[in-house]
Formats: sequence, C-alpha cells, structure tokens
Amino acid sequence: MKHRTFFWFILPSLAAMFFFIALPIVSVAVQSLFVEHEQIMTEVENCGPFKCETVLQVDTEATAALQEEAPLGRFNGLGTYTNRKHLAFKEVGVAWDETETLGEFMSELINLPFYKALFFTLTYTAVVTPFVIFLGLGVALAVNTLPRIVKGPTIFVSLLPMIVTPLIGALILFWMVDADGIIGATLQRIFNDPNLSLKASTPLTWMMLIVYGIWSSTPFSFIVFYAGLQTVPSETLEAAKIDGASRWQAIRYVVVPYMMPLVVFITLMQLMDNFRVFEPIISFSASAKATSLSWIIFNDLRGGDIQLFGSAGATSILTILGVAILLSPVLIRTWRDFNRKRA
Amino acid sequence: MSSSVAQRRSKGLIWFTTSFVVLWIFIAAGPFLWTVWGSFKVQPDFFSKTDWRNALYGVMTTAETGSAFTGGGYYGAWVEQEFWRNTINTGIVVFFTVVISLTFGTLGGYALARSGFRYAFWLLMAGLVFRAMPHITLVSGYLLPFFEWNVWGKLSTTIIVLVAINQPFTLWMLHSFFLNIPKDMDESAMVDGCTRFQAFRYVIIPVMWPGVITTGLFSFLLAYNDFAVTAVLLSSENQTMVPRIYSFLGTVRETGDVMFAVAAVVSAMVPLFFLVLFFQRQIVSGLTAGAVKG
Repeated sequence: MKHRTFFWFILPSLAAMFFFIALPIVSVAVQSLFVEHEQIMTEVENCGPFKCETVLQVDTEATAALQEEAPLGRFNGLGTYTNRKHLAFKEVGVAWDETETLGEFMSELINLPFYKALFFTLTYTAVVTPFVIFLGLGVALAVNTLPRIVKGPTIFVSLLPMIVTPLIGALILFWMVDADGIIGATLQRIFNDPNLSLKASTPLTWMMLIVYGIWSSTPFSFIVFYAGLQTVPSETLEAAKIDGASRWQAIRYVVVPYMMPLVVFITLMQLMDNFRVFEPIISFSASAKATSLSWIIFNDLRGGDIQLFGSAGATSILTILGVAILLSPVLIRTWRDFNRKRA
Repeated sequence: MSSSVAQRRSKGLIWFTTSFVVLWIFIAAGPFLWTVWGSFKVQPDFFSKTDWRNALYGVMTTAETGSAFTGGGYYGAWVEQEFWRNTINTGIVVFFTVVISLTFGTLGGYALARSGFRYAFWLLMAGLVFRAMPHITLVSGYLLPFFEWNVWGKLSTTIIVLVAINQPFTLWMLHSFFLNIPKDMDESAMVDGCTRFQAFRYVIIPVMWPGVITTGLFSFLLAYNDFAVTAVLLSSENQTMVPRIYSFLGTVRETGDVMFAVAAVVSAMVPLFFLVLFFQRQIVSGLTAGAVKG
C-alpha cells in the first residue's frame, strides 16, 4: 500500500488516538509539575456587640481570580512526586534509618499511601493470577468431558461473571458478603459473633477483593483454555494412552505442554488487568483497608471539594511507568517476531 | 469418536468432573440469580439478619406489601430516581461509540493489515501500550483542558473520548482479522482498475462483517461497562447507568432504599445477559482470537 493511501485510511483513527490518548499523557505530565494555588487569606475585623477581633478569612474573590489567571496552579517541579502522598523519599529515608529489621521497615512503608496502594496491587495480582490459571484450566478440562448438549449452556453461564460490568459484579458480591447479606449473616451465625464484619478487618477485606478478582477473571482463562483444548490432537493423546500413560500423566505430559503458550498469554492479560484493579474497591467501599493506584487517582479527582490535578497527574505518570515496565517483555518479543517475519 | 481409548473414563471420574462443573456453575451464576430474585423483595428480606431464607420466601415482603413479590425497588429506581434518563444516556453513548469506533477501526485496521512498512508496526506497538494503560490515568489529563474549553460534562465529549480509548483494541482486532482475508482479493480488483478505496468498498466491505460484529461486541462492552471515564467526565444530569449506580450508593444508603440500587443493578445487567445469549459464539471467538493463533 502506498504511503499516501495508508495515511488517508489511518487518519481518523490516528487523529483520535493522538488527540485523546497521546496529548492527554503530555497534559498529565505537565499537570504533575504544578500544584494548586494556596488560598489567599485576608484579615477581616469581626465586630460583635462587645468587642472587635481580627480573624483570617479566605478571600474567595482573589483566590478565584488567581485560579482564572493560572488554571494550572503554581509550578512545583518534581515536588509532587517526592512528597508524602507519592514516592515519599524523605519518609522512606527516615523509616530506613530508624528501623532495625526489614520487616519493621516494610510495616512503616505500607503506611505511606503510595506504597500501600502498590503493595495491595502487587499482592492482588500475585494471588489472583495463579488461581485464575489453575481454576480456569480445571473448569476447561471438566467442561470438555461434558456431553455436547450441556456444553453451550455451561459456557453461557461461565461467561457472565466476566461480561458483567465490573462495578456491578463487585456490588452483587458485596451485597452478599455484607454484614446483612446472605454470606455475611451466615458467617456471623457460624462463628457466633454478631459483630463479625468482613469490612472491618484488613485481611478479610483483601480476601474479599481477591475472591472477586478470581471470580471475575476465571471465565476468561477458562474460555481460552477450552478453545486450546480443542486443538490438542487426539492421536497424540491416544498414543500416550496406548503407551500406558495414566489419565493424570496424559494431562501432565501431553495437554499441559500444549497449553503453555496460552498460560503465557493469560498471565500477560491478567497482569495488565489486575494492575488496574479499581472498580471492586469502589463497590466494596474498601478504600480504608485496600487502595490501588487507580483508586488514588480517582480519589484525587472526585474525592474532595478541590480537585487535586497535580497529585492525580503524578500518580498517573507513575502508573504509566509501571505499565511500561510490565509490558516491556511483550514489546521486545513482538519486535523480534516482527523482524523475523520481515526477514 | 466417543469410543476411542482416550475418551473412555471411569464412573468415579465422571462423577468428579460433573460435580466440579456443577459447583462452578453455582459459583458463576449463583450471585446473579440471588440478586435478581432478591430485587423483587423488600430490604429487610434481601438483607435479612434473622434468616436468609426470608429472601427466598419473602416473609417481610408479604408482611409489608401483601404479596411475596414487589416491584417497589424498580418503581423507586426508574420512576422516583428517574433511572430511565441514565438508560437513554447509556444508549446514546454506547451506540455512537460503537458506530464511530468501528468506522475508524475498519479503515485503520485495513490499512495496517495491508501495509508492510515499519511504521505500521510501530503504530500497532503504540496501540498495545495505550491499551494496557489504566483509563483513569488519561482522565486526569482531560479535565483541565475540557474545563477551559467548556466541553466538560457533555455526552458528545465522552463519546469521542471512549472512541479514542477504544481505538487501540479495535485496530488490533480488525488488523488481525483483515490479515486473514487474502490479499489477492483486493489486489485483483485493483489490477482491474479499482482505486484502493474502491477495492475496499466493493471487495472487502462485503466480506468483513463477521470480524466487525465480533469487534463491535467488545466495543459495546467497553463503552457499556466503563466507569472511570464516565464517572469523571459526565455532569450529573448526563450520567450514564454505571456512574449513576455509583452515586445511588451514596444517596440511597442515607435514605435507606438500598433496594433502588439493587433494582438498578439488575436492570443494567439485563442487556448484557441478552448480549451473551445471542452472541455467545462471537464473544468466545473474539476472546480466543489473539490467544490460540499464537
């Protein structure tokens, strides 16, 4: 295809991506270097019936005028990146100097909002991904043995947790495990503790979120493995059987090697998806116990009266860097494949 | 086929796999059935501290309304809280996002599939990186410019943003789909005197629909399920269903009408249910398209 024709074909798509993905990244980077204006205070004399006193008051007009003049705020350089809410260099340094053991240092570290979020995101990813792969493979192997007539309906039901809106799916689970919900109330009765609440304890909240993660992602790995199982040649399986392999051995030495590329694919997709865990934290109203980087950005934008663009921008840039690091193996591999194809 | 050695299995194994599948179906579908059933009850039944079976039989519902089922939650959500407005907004946003994404995506995906130049590869790589980025990271970049230009809160702004966010995925999917359409088809049309666009129009468009439908389903899901973009970019009167349900959670808990939110959640699930019902095969093939081929 000629360069000119290519250009006209790709133009609408390219323009959309340039203006609404590439430019916003630049805009986020610029924003992250600024912070909000300080509110301008004026001294006002407040006279009551007995005496007059001077108090400091926010000069709304002057603050608004300043905001109008420079909507980005004050220039702050990399200050936002290093402050307590983000990378917290100073606090980390202090914690490093003052703590004796690595364990103590870690417990200091996860009190800082950014590291707390990072810690949850990484734990979530590290626990959910293997569960999703094993459970998905198990379900796929089991469904594959079913008679043809029930396979369709089973796949239909299995798709639901993944297809449904994440916010809604998480809410549905939350209403069940909430203190008054069916699972929550039953647990209270089993443990005979009327105050037992999954929301109140950090480990239980994390467990709830991880259970949601497994529930909503298993269908994806199930479908991929199930499609993969259809491509395993039955001759190979049969040959293994004739050579005396047990059922387990056939799965272990014939099926699983066929599935390995799929395991890599699912792991990568899971890493990407789990890294942006966000909606379940909103639905479970779990933000006091578990936060993620995406939640921090959302909270900066929607949480308070003032939108903290600088803070949100800094977290966004750090998140984008994280994604880039996570993706680099894939990019390198695709680059090699591409060169091999051209050669 | 069923008589082959590899397929023969013992009774115990059949029993085990069947119960495993049943358990999985229960885990996958149970929460939905429970919530759909419970949405026709009153709050003391659905969130029953005394006995969970109340939600099954509707003991309190019968006591309060005289019948075991009530549409009170739905009435509250759709009429009192005007949830229908959000449904219409969702309809508008989803429809235009899908149509525009697919139009841009087919043109771009076709060009990428037919161009062997190095920049096509780089575009696809950039698309992959864009696709992996959490959407919320971009949202903070939109807000200030949108406030400045006075376009914040409008449905059209959100549609364009969703189209753009959707593009990387659409391009990848349609690109790999167009790669499977033999090059000879459009090239022989061009030998016969068609321009590139005519070849696309008369040769490629008639055969591209299966791929477009599959891609369209995923664009639909992205637009329909989005929370991060719509929650931040839409003003409260233009809200779509998902951010509205989120704002229900705050207001409704105060007034004690959680059932409004439950009813709204069930209402928002219905279209997705039918989507899976009718397009199951396309969804499955779309999910596995990238994986099984390598």
